[in-house]
Amino acid sequence: MSEVKENLRYSEEHEWAEAVEGKTVRVGITDHAQCLLGDIVFVETPEVGAGVYAGESMGSIESIKTVSELYSPVTGKVTRVNASLVDRPEQVNRDPYGEGWIVEIEVEGDLEAELGKLMTADRYRQIVD
Amino acid sequence: MSKHRYLPMTEQDEAEMLKTIGVGSVQELFADIPPSIRYSGVLPISGRLDESALLKHLRGLADRNADFERHACFLGAGLYDHHLPVVVNHVISRSEFYTAYTPYQPEISQGELQAIFEFQSYICELTGMKVANASMYDGATALAEAAALASGATKRKRVVVSRAVHPEAREILMTSARGLGLQVVEVGCRDGVTDLARLAEAVDDDTAAVLVQTPNFFGGLEDIRAIEPLVHARQSLLVMSVNPMSLGLLEAPGELGADIAVGDAQPLGIPASLGGPTCGFFAVSEPLMRRIPGRIVGQTTDRDGKRGFVLTLQAREQHIRREKATSNICSNQALMALSASVYLSVMGKAGLIEVARLNVRKSHYAAGRLASVPGVTLPFGAPFFNEFVVKLPAGTDVTALNAKLLQAGFIGGYDLGSAYPELEGHVLLAVTERRTKDEIDGFVRETEACL
Amino acid sequence: MKPEKALIFEMSRPGRVAYSLPECDVTEIETSSAIPEAMLRRKPAELPEVCEVDVIRHYTELSRRNFGIDNGFYPLGSCTMKYNPKINEDVARFAGFAKIHPYQPEESIQGALELLYTLQNDLAALTGMEQVTLQPAAGAHGEWTGLMLIRAYHESRGETRTKVIVPDTSHGTNPASATVAGFETVTVPSDAEGMVDLEALRAAVGSDTAALMLTNPNTLGLFEKRIVEIAEIVHDAGGLLYYDGANSNAIMGIARPGDMGFDVVHLNLHKTMSTPHGGGGPGAGPVGVKRELVPFLPRPTVIRREDGRYGWDWDRPRSIGRVKAYSGNFGILVRAYAYIRTYGPEGLRRVSELAVLNANYMRSRLSPYFDVPYPGVCKHEFVLSGKRLKEHGVRTLDAAKRLLDFGYHPPTIYFPLNVEECLMIEPTETESKETLDAFIETMIRIVREAETDPQLVLNAPHTTAVKRLDEATAARKPVLNCSCGV
Repeated sequence: MSEVKENLRYSEEHEWAEAVEGKTVRVGITDHAQCLLGDIVFVETPEVGAGVYAGESMGSIESIKTVSELYSPVTGKVTRVNASLVDRPEQVNRDPYGEGWIVEIEVEGDLEAELGKLMTADRYRQIVD
Repeated sequence: MSKHRYLPMTEQDEAEMLKTIGVGSVQELFADIPPSIRYSGVLPISGRLDESALLKHLRGLADRNADFERHACFLGAGLYDHHLPVVVNHVISRSEFYTAYTPYQPEISQGELQAIFEFQSYICELTGMKVANASMYDGATALAEAAALASGATKRKRVVVSRAVHPEAREILMTSARGLGLQVVEVGCRDGVTDLARLAEAVDDDTAAVLVQTPNFFGGLEDIRAIEPLVHARQSLLVMSVNPMSLGLLEAPGELGADIAVGDAQPLGIPASLGGPTCGFFAVSEPLMRRIPGRIVGQTTDRDGKRGFVLTLQAREQHIRREKATSNICSNQALMALSASVYLSVMGKAGLIEVARLNVRKSHYAAGRLASVPGVTLPFGAPFFNEFVVKLPAGTDVTALNAKLLQAGFIGGYDLGSAYPELEGHVLLAVTERRTKDEIDGFVRETEACL
Repeated sequence: MKPEKALIFEMSRPGRVAYSLPECDVTEIETSSAIPEAMLRRKPAELPEVCEVDVIRHYTELSRRNFGIDNGFYPLGSCTMKYNPKINEDVARFAGFAKIHPYQPEESIQGALELLYTLQNDLAALTGMEQVTLQPAAGAHGEWTGLMLIRAYHESRGETRTKVIVPDTSHGTNPASATVAGFETVTVPSDAEGMVDLEALRAAVGSDTAALMLTNPNTLGLFEKRIVEIAEIVHDAGGLLYYDGANSNAIMGIARPGDMGFDVVHLNLHKTMSTPHGGGGPGAGPVGVKRELVPFLPRPTVIRREDGRYGWDWDRPRSIGRVKAYSGNFGILVRAYAYIRTYGPEGLRRVSELAVLNANYMRSRLSPYFDVPYPGVCKHEFVLSGKRLKEHGVRTLDAAKRLLDFGYHPPTIYFPLNVEECLMIEPTETESKETLDAFIETMIRIVREAETDPQLVLNAPHTTAVKRLDEATAARKPVLNCSCGV
């Protein structure tokens, strides 16, 4: 059973989003996703300042045996990337909702409306169970 | 046919096996092939020969070729007649190496994996680059892959290539550029090396890479220290194709600012073999590590903490990325890479320098002797390693000259007029450590006599 | 347990040499008088300093840590690990083949050209194609060459066709080759029988279809028995059929791709024609085409002139150009030619019959112990699913690792992607019934072990030079060379 955290919003591509400050959301992949991928060895993130679009690829995550796209759950601009993943990509496996966060994005439109398009924890739990 | 030395099936085995399967005959196992597409005749292909007859037949074919053992070879143009230390063939004849598949099961493939790791180390050491892969088909396809990598890394669609790069490598680059939608711009030469003024004009902000070869196809050494700033000023990548043996003496591409260094390892203990198999090498600077095509071996530890080797960074590769892959290569030239490694182990630090120096001395001696032949000149002034161009007297038929040289026991040079119309009557000659003074003198005498 | 093996660099002792070079018999000029200082290396390459005996012992020890066909049974599905005949190795080393240059005068390489010409024709006859190019260096290289030919063909007819269709069971190189040839890939699913789903194919083809790429038998080891209909669907849409020859060992002299409706074919000589895999190469991937595509073949081809002499044909104005330097992997082509002559036409047919007989025998005997996703007759290989082992916490990977303890190379695992916990087994024709039986007994034993002592299987291998390796750390913190010079 993978963990689904209560106060986050979820995309169908198994990313989570959490409002952190102002119009900024923090984004990572879910516990379920890191389980499926197995040992993560490299996270390719977008550059700070890059524009990203909800549902579109903004990077990739490599595990030993597979590679998968990293989709942005919201539309906006990247304001921070988790630089510690360069040396310790395993943080995504170990702590996907904490130290394994991937990027922060300043949402372009209305924050509540953008997050409202994503799933609640309950809905997401139904998908992964 | 009934019995064959490679087929252990006996009549009794066959009967028992068919019974286990539950069919009456082998033919029933093919019942799913529609009759309309079954082949009913006997294939019109070459007939069967017993072992003795086959040896005789192939010996006959081989004997109709003029080989480097019976002829003194002055032909290079990317493939050279260097000495092959006898040790190399002994090592690659170990069937644990040559009958193995790609090392997908690392626990029983540590020998191959360590050998490739050492090959990568050798290539990094020679080229001064940070990362090398397990090898490519050959130097020419490696150059085309370098262009593809540069395009992906810079997100630009234009590559600039010097006309002093091997014509066949440029042809392959053109073919592969068509597939990838790249534009290829050629820059001409001046005095046997890339024309720097024209190169500066050709590089723009949409240029993914500049591809140069040194020693170039004419044997001339390019002035990389002058080329590098022209390339990097536009944030393009510098791709250098190099002769690995020359790196015994010449500055390493990594020290000269190359982003990608490629080349063919044929000079390192690999027979010319009508052009293949040889072995391409491919090395990059650290930022390009995760974009390098092909296989890579990495060091790690096993469950007991013991050092071991595995294929790594596999998420780059075609079997995982499928249509998102940036290269479709799925093999390397492992056995040829092993040849190169054994060669470098044999030569060692001192031997590589010494063999390179012999090449310089013998080729410069030969060039000097040829320049003294009336009507023969050295048209280019650029420094060279073991290969150089001579211009023959006007009206010389190079094909006829080479035919006469062959009669006298020499394999003559490459007729540059075939790939460079402006160089009609120019011949490219290679002189390796294998050529003795007597052979060089004889070649010069014979050439003079034939003119 | 074997101790760690030192790297050759770690064996270096200053002053030792393993080389022998001639004395300089010409003027001993200083390098710096010929080449400007600025171009010379400031720091020598730190190559190891060892003696010849060190070199031999080092590589001999490495070879003892490696497993080839000569060491034992190698039923690696889709790779056709058959016996590599020794005569092929001997003849490829003849000086008249190994020490010749492609730019020599044609009259000085007539034997080599005759061999290439004959091989071209033999491979064309074997596949039912009009003409063959021997340039491509590997299967994937052949695929890309074939797709570039298909592209040129469509373009010559003024058509822009952008899509290549592949089944979901295809090799990873198929879609990758399509991408680097400038095509988009469309994947069609397999039906319940493991064959191309015809309805899905009909829905996928259209005026943008350049080609369908197919192996036949497919990667499940099944013959696509509706191949004629498949060919019609693709041809009716104006597309071409590409044959991935990875599985040709099942059909030599029995069914030819050309007669099935394929327009372009590549063969893997390192599979079907017994040339050794070399630990990952070199191989050769010749490509054959039907008449309409002949003008586009890479330059040069080998021809027989009217006077009976052989030569290179450069006069091919519609050629896609070059795909490989010089004339392909000639040394491999010599081996393949020797192989064909060892068997002749009847012999090659017998090879395929026995490859299929061996596979069906193994499938029948192993079926009770594994799930068989596609029952019925197979061709040269077959797939099993190891999902039953999962009840005991054992995965296919673990069973494969356990096979190492018994001296076998495991089958291909986790491919094709559409079979859960897949094992793909290809015995080839050169293995005896005793070898097959012993392997089968070992597989059954491992199934029993998984039931009774799963830890034994989970911790396998136990007898190899190293145990399971940490692949995650290798990829996270790559150490890709020994940094000997640093």
